[in-house]
Amino acid sequence: MSHIAPVKSYVTVFGTLMVLTTITVAAAFTNLGSLNFPVALAIAITKATVVILFFMHVKYSSKLTKFVVASCLFFLACLFGLTFTDYLSRGWFASPRGTTMAGTQVTVGPDAPGAAEKAAPAEGGPEH
Amino acid sequence: MPEAVAAHAEAHGHPAHAHHPALQHHFETLEQQKEASVLGMWIFIIQEVMFFGGLLLAYFLYRVWYHEAWVEGSNELDILLGGINTVVLIGSSLTMALAVRSAQVGSKKGTVNWLIVTMVLGLVFLVIKFFEYKHKYDLNHIPGANFVFEGPHAPQVQIFISLYFGLTGLHALHMVIGFVLLSVIAWMAHKDRFSPEWYTPVEMSGLYWHFVDIVWIFLFPLLYLVDRTHRLG
Amino acid sequence: MITPTLPPVTYLNHKYGVMSWLLTKDHKRIGILYMVVVTIAFMLGGVFAAGVRLELTTPQGDVWSADTYNKLFTMHGIAMVFFVLIPAVPAILGNFILPLMIGAKDVAFPKINLISWYVFVIGFIFTVGAMVFGGVDTGWTFYVPYSSSASNTNVLMTGIGVFITGFSSILTGVNFMVTIHRMRAPGLTWFRLPLLVWALYATSFVQVLGTPVVAITLFMVVLERGLGFGIFNPALGGDPVLFQHLFWFYSHPAVYIMILPPMGVISEVIACFSRKSVFGYSFVAFSSVAIALFGFMVWAHHLFVAGISPYSAMVFSLLSYAVAIPSAVKTFNWAATMHRGAIWWKTPMFFVFGFMGLFLVGGLTGLFLAALGLDVHLHDTYFVVAHFHYIMVGGAIMGYFAGLHYYWPKMTGRMYSDILGKLSALLIFVGFNLTFFPQFILGYLGMPRRYHVYPDEWQVFNVLSSAGASVLAVGYVLPVFYLMYSLFKGEVAGANPWGATGLEWTTQSPPLPENFPGQPIVEEEAYDYHKREIKVA
Repeated sequence: MSHIAPVKSYVTVFGTLMVLTTITVAAAFTNLGSLNFPVALAIAITKATVVILFFMHVKYSSKLTKFVVASCLFFLACLFGLTFTDYLSRGWFASPRGTTMAGTQVTVGPDAPGAAEKAAPAEGGPEH
Repeated sequence: MPEAVAAHAEAHGHPAHAHHPALQHHFETLEQQKEASVLGMWIFIIQEVMFFGGLLLAYFLYRVWYHEAWVEGSNELDILLGGINTVVLIGSSLTMALAVRSAQVGSKKGTVNWLIVTMVLGLVFLVIKFFEYKHKYDLNHIPGANFVFEGPHAPQVQIFISLYFGLTGLHALHMVIGFVLLSVIAWMAHKDRFSPEWYTPVEMSGLYWHFVDIVWIFLFPLLYLVDRTHRLG
Repeated sequence: MITPTLPPVTYLNHKYGVMSWLLTKDHKRIGILYMVVVTIAFMLGGVFAAGVRLELTTPQGDVWSADTYNKLFTMHGIAMVFFVLIPAVPAILGNFILPLMIGAKDVAFPKINLISWYVFVIGFIFTVGAMVFGGVDTGWTFYVPYSSSASNTNVLMTGIGVFITGFSSILTGVNFMVTIHRMRAPGLTWFRLPLLVWALYATSFVQVLGTPVVAITLFMVVLERGLGFGIFNPALGGDPVLFQHLFWFYSHPAVYIMILPPMGVISEVIACFSRKSVFGYSFVAFSSVAIALFGFMVWAHHLFVAGISPYSAMVFSLLSYAVAIPSAVKTFNWAATMHRGAIWWKTPMFFVFGFMGLFLVGGLTGLFLAALGLDVHLHDTYFVVAHFHYIMVGGAIMGYFAGLHYYWPKMTGRMYSDILGKLSALLIFVGFNLTFFPQFILGYLGMPRRYHVYPDEWQVFNVLSSAGASVLAVGYVLPVFYLMYSLFKGEVAGANPWGATGLEWTTQSPPLPENFPGQPIVEEEAYDYHKREIKVA
């Protein structure tokens, strides 16, 4: 890299990383409820960004290098994000008829759910 | 270094184009070669990110599914040792950056010395890691047939510890590779191979080492700091 | 017409001896080294396929035991996917022709190129070793928990072998990306690049970003199987579907690694043998990138009936439809290229026509499978088998053969027998359709895949399929003979026997070790056939 950073700048970066490390440890001992995880991730992402920009000189690198680094995040996002469209939405659909198990459910005949109620009229009027 | 250039030209028998001895013949200029090398290293690094990414996906899924087990498993890890390792590794990133800087300004002594410090810090990390692993072994917490753990979440804690070993083991393997790489680079620096015109291998090793540091920057909170408030008992 | 003679100094003759090949850093020699191993793997995969088709000629399981049959289709898949389809066009043709196409002396990292070949060979030896010493029966997809706990075959060794091989693909991808970014000749801007270069570029980022995920997945299976770690183990609360997500995150983009470079080859060959510039150049270029990008977002269409949430399935179904669009763009643009062109009926063009028809069927049947309702019935039936063979064999292998026959004169300086070439193409086309079209019908009728027995009424289709496989085998073996023969007795090709555009055709055949005598400079657009007055025999 043609840009030569002064020693002090690297030490400052190191100092920043130490401060952030301390904060993340302290946060782990603090009850932030469901925010604990996002906070820890945010701090880690900040630390990584600082290392990438300054220790790895990306701040002074070509546009192509910056694009390559950014594209990685896109693919990681695909991997995590799209996989979680599955895991986070499992169980949303309670009805068995809406799942691929539908073919194995019995829906007509005496063994179907609700068949007994149909056979004998419900007492006290319709339920709903 | 004009003498090196002339010597190279003579050795290769091509006086017509005298060039830096480090310039490989399929490149036109040192600048093109350096840019290609750095780009190649970055592309390799993003590939490594996807490599760890697969393990992290498993980690994230099961963290959502088995949060209590994750808390229990995380609290089994020694936060002091993990913290020390974090400081050591980030420190080694600093010394690595300083080694690259020394190469940039042509300081051979600085390059070699800072590289050696980086390697020593890496070694410290690995030694601490060894003791952490040994502790797990002593407690029969190694996943597999001999796994023993108290509590209702033991099976999921076993998954946590499997991922712990998978992630930190892979990370440690990368550190060992980095250690070997740095020793080669330090030797090359000692042999005067680098100059402000060409120090690309130092820079590329730097990129690799910083990547290994970044992985740990994520692993430390994800593995050691899941929940230390003990609110779940 | 002046009869060309072979040039005095070429990359083939300037150094002799086994070590000059095993220690070469020349991308052209490395391409040929890959061709040797890939061809062996193709034969091996073909032998396994023969075993499968032999059993399926009769409804009963009377040739092999069920376990042996499982091993045969597994090893057929592993050999073909990892050791033939993935490397075929990129590592053989790409390695050979990419630097020539961009006017460079070599790829960016020649030593890493050689290392990638050794990694490939080591992975191949491991995997073949696993096959020879007991075999593996999990299916090439290694689904857990069968592969991680229940199977008693050589899963570990195969997993390690495939893991190692993946790094060959990654290194090739890194090399190509940097080469294309940093080593183009002066004047060769992105939109003057031949479309094969765009295809190889798009393929490279799939190789680089997808392969590590299957690597880590196999690593996790090895940990689970070898060390008893629990990651997918349902007894501990692990999710076997997670394995499928991780596996297919790579393996779906992998099929784009397999098809994008052959599509690039088709663009080159169609332009040359229609004497016309590719219609809609930038659309075709962008479609390669779009396929690579979208290809990363559709993997769970392999998991539609595995138990993923229906909402997620809908998302992936929609995305799977979207990924078909850029492929369709290419197909229309190729047809438009041929329209009002001057079609020159030579062997490479025969393979192109074969590709067009077979890829079309394969691609369209993919849409059938992307539809959720249909997939419920068609998943794990022979419909899927037929679909992917149409794309991978009818598409990718046809494209590879088109490229092989197009670039053979450049690689060797010799022409092969055009009659025999066309005969091969016809035999392959006929044999292929006979083998795989009945399988669509079988799948529709409900025959499951990976079964060695089936009801009697399906025998007629299975017999047709097995008969077709025999014809296909002849079609694949024939080129070995006439191509080898051409090396000794073939007519000398000269620099540009096809009258094609492109830097690679401006230099001698076979090329110099350093490719070009000077530094080529590009001043024209790609495929400027309209500017050329080329008379060819």
